[in-house]
Amino acid sequence: MLKHYDISGTDFSVAGEASSNFKVVLKKLGISPDIVRRVSIAMYEAEINTVVHGGGGECDAEVLDGCVKIVFKDDGPGIENVELAMQEGYSTASDTVRELGFGAGMGLPNIKKYTDDMKIETQVGVGTKITLIVNL
Amino acid sequence: MKLSYIKTLLDADILTGEENAVFEKTEIHTACGCDLMSDVLAFVKDQSLLLTGLINPQVIRTAEMMDIVAICFVRGKVPPQEVIELAKDRGIALITTKLPLYLACGELYKEGLGGKKSAETL
Ligand SMILES: Nc1ncnc2c1ncn2[C@@H]1O[C@H](COP(=O)(O)OP(=O)(O)O)[C@@H](O)[C@H]1O
Ligand SMILES: [Mg+2]
Repeated sequence: MLKHYDISGTDFSVAGEASSNFKVVLKKLGISPDIVRRVSIAMYEAEINTVVHGGGGECDAEVLDGCVKIVFKDDGPGIENVELAMQEGYSTASDTVRELGFGAGMGLPNIKKYTDDMKIETQVGVGTKITLIVNL
Repeated sequence: MKLSYIKTLLDADILTGEENAVFEKTEIHTACGCDLMSDVLAFVKDQSLLLTGLINPQVIRTAEMMDIVAICFVRGKVPPQEVIELAKDRGIALITTKLPLYLACGELYKEGLGGKKSAETL
């Protein structure tokens, strides 16, 4: 079961539609509410990052045998220092993003907290790929 | 605490239809007051109410991800119609109160509606 989503980099108002759609899919599959919520939160934070930092991209979300796997890819600026980006409170978000309630530098730490595994592959000037795994 | 009682306590107006039945049967166990959506996302709990001064679509999305069933906008704020429609579509009840965030939270807390101190509820 694989779902593919295009993530707009220009319209912040639709950010979260992929996460919203996939949450419905997971619920329909009868996956436990706790796991659905953990996946949803992590996926939503990653989706927001793809929109506001990555300038848009794409997402593949799938339910495998023992886990849910979600991959976000963008051709944005990349992350110079992943260790720093992972720290709570570190953010390069614009004031506009902050005014909308994001950009507190809690996204990546939240993703780490709610997933069983996360992997960031990134290259400055090329883009970022983030993989999230939540075990079933 | 019933959502209908919360509405009364905060002297709030309903934004998502006049379905009083929903307000009578929706039980709110915990609430949080916050303008930082990432902070909201860091706290997981069941059946809660979000009080906020933000009115953009991401507030609804955040509530949706968290299974938050109701949102109260403070300081008399009313979101644009498309935001209200999004909430209706997701089955999230919206109300708006004239009270500022601190006072709205205080009113509910005084009446016994608690929060959660720790994020470690998963
Ligand atoms: N897809 C991405 N592309 C480029 N930079 C990113 C991406 N995701 C995260 N970052 C960088 O990592 C930082 C921390 O991300 P995060 O913890 O989600 O906080 P926030 O989104 O609130 O800034 C961001 O401010 C940004 O600099
Ligand atoms: Mg983020």
